Amino acid sequence: MAAPMLRGCCPGRRWALACIDHSSRHGRGAPTGSRCSGKRGQSSVAPQHLATAGKPRKGEHEWAAVVGLEVHAQISSNSKLFSGSQVHFVAPPNSLVSFFDASLPGTLPVLNRRCVEAAVMTGLALNCRINKKSLFDRKHYFYADLPAGYQITQQRLPIAVNGSLAYSIRVGAKRSQVINKTVRIKQIQLEQDSGKSLHDDLRSQTLIDLNRAEGQLRVDANISVHRPGEPLGVRTEVKNLNSARFLARAIDYEIQRQIRELENGGEILNETRSFDFKLGCTVPMRDKEGKQDYRFIPEPNLPPLLLYDSESLPAGADPQQVVNIDQIREQLPELPSVTREKLVQQYGMLPEQSLTLLNEVGLLEFFQNVIKETRAEPKKVTSWVLNTFLGFLKQQNLAVSESPVTSSALAELLDLLDRKAISSAAAKQVFRELWANEGKTPAQIISEKKLELMQDQEALEQLCQATLEEHPQVVMDVKKGNPRAINKLIGLVRKATLSRAEPAVIKEMLEKKLSS
Amino acid sequence: MWARAARLVLRAWAGGRRGFTSKAEPQESGRVTAEVIEHLERLALVDFGSQEAVARLETAIAFADRLREVDTDGVEPMESVLEDRCLYLRSDNVVEGNCAEELLQNSRRVVEDYFVAPPGNIPLPKLDEQESFSQS
Repeated sequence: MAAPMLRGCCPGRRWALACIDHSSRHGRGAPTGSRCSGKRGQSSVAPQHLATAGKPRKGEHEWAAVVGLEVHAQISSNSKLFSGSQVHFVAPPNSLVSFFDASLPGTLPVLNRRCVEAAVMTGLALNCRINKKSLFDRKHYFYADLPAGYQITQQRLPIAVNGSLAYSIRVGAKRSQVINKTVRIKQIQLEQDSGKSLHDDLRSQTLIDLNRAEGQLRVDANISVHRPGEPLGVRTEVKNLNSARFLARAIDYEIQRQIRELENGGEILNETRSFDFKLGCTVPMRDKEGKQDYRFIPEPNLPPLLLYDSESLPAGADPQQVVNIDQIREQLPELPSVTREKLVQQYGMLPEQSLTLLNEVGLLEFFQNVIKETRAEPKKVTSWVLNTFLGFLKQQNLAVSESPVTSSALAELLDLLDRKAISSAAAKQVFRELWANEGKTPAQIISEKKLELMQDQEALEQLCQATLEEHPQVVMDVKKGNPRAINKLIGLVRKATLSRAEPAVIKEMLEKKLSS
Repeated sequence: MWARAARLVLRAWAGGRRGFTSKAEPQESGRVTAEVIEHLERLALVDFGSQEAVARLETAIAFADRLREVDTDGVEPMESVLEDRCLYLRSDNVVEGNCAEELLQNSRRVVEDYFVAPPGNIPLPKLDEQESFSQS
């Protein structure tokens, strides 16, 4: 059955609809989960939003909402959390299932070392306190994809607690301003995942595949509202949220629904709801009758999980049988916040620029490759990668890996620009050509389209002179002191040179002629 | 052993969702109400079936209650009888699986290598819908 899972929880931060309140109060106790096979992103957090959905009504500004997220993420490992079955994406149904996974009597769980390491690493990356002793429990409920009738989890004493995640979001009309926020992580726990259910409504049956559950990353949201100063309200749990966008919409809707309900004198039931993304609303889930009683008991087949650090490591211990927290800490890769800070320091870019670089898969690597191969200034590279390159990608909805322009090509182009072999306008044109004609080099395009900057000063002077003579009216405007008239002249000269002269150079030349 | 399990179950139920450290007490008289029985039957899918069975439960609880006579002030609760054992850590290698055919033989109905289950949980009939033995 179940692939291993890490579940982590971010307790809600309290915010009122009209303003963002950063104080956090205790929310739900759901840890971020990672299941076996593909650990992606650890915790997912409810995005900040200001007053949205619907016109503000009287009294609306007096409500505060609390949101807690339960994130389930699958651990990237070869075998499952408690059995030696393979963890793999695509496989024939029930082919990656051992006797234990099928909950046959007489089978026992055997803990996967790699999953423990993954959990510790996740905890460290999220600034948690790692519990040197943690315990496994059974959570009982009945469902066809849970053949044992219980799930092994870590409810009482999970492997990591009390962490935090700092993140940045874009605000403002143009989403150009970046603000930093923090969310608390209540706990991270290891737990089994269930199997997969395929509902066949036509034949009124459900088909069960115990290989693994669906979705490498799933989020449930716990939402309640209350008046500031009063106790927390009854919470509802919203499941089936498969994307960040649905998560935001579901939470928005549910908050509004609860406020409306309470303002109309109704009450909120402690229930589980699912999000109907077509209608954009939450609905009560069938099969969930009222509050669940999971009858937690300690898992009788698993002793406590003990972790060590370099100090407490027992001498002569079998390295296979001990997990050293300090050793895992050393294996932590550089965390994104550190990378972003380095980018700002090293290349002088703005924090929001470093944010964009890291938010796009493969973009940082692309950027660093260009930097390596070009002698152009880092700021120029940053601007070209984030504005021009990324702009083209987004326009055609492409990933960095699908880009027709390689980092080498861009580096070459920036070199040519840096050497003043072409104007910046011509460079943009070359880029467009590179994008449309995969395989051609910038040098080829430049020679084909004759985009090189004019090197002949005399020829340029002649063009300037000719333009001045052809447009006496504009010349008069300039002499009269109209500041914008000169731009018109520059534009005319530029056109005459077929974009083969830099505007700054043209301007200088014109001004010299006009003043003489 | 069974009494202890039943006690833990009752404690967990009485203590609500806060896990099983609650100090909620069962009825002083030692009677277990029909409501509790129904709740247990629903949660555990057991069928107490008769008044004798409920009486046996009450006796078991009374028997387990004698644990209260022990003074546990300042004693660290035991969470697991395995607390002194080592938790074995397995290497992350694939060593099992690939026995779908064998496993599916356990299922009454199979469709294309899937186990077949009803469309959802079939709810138990409610207390007032079924003949309650405690009233007979």
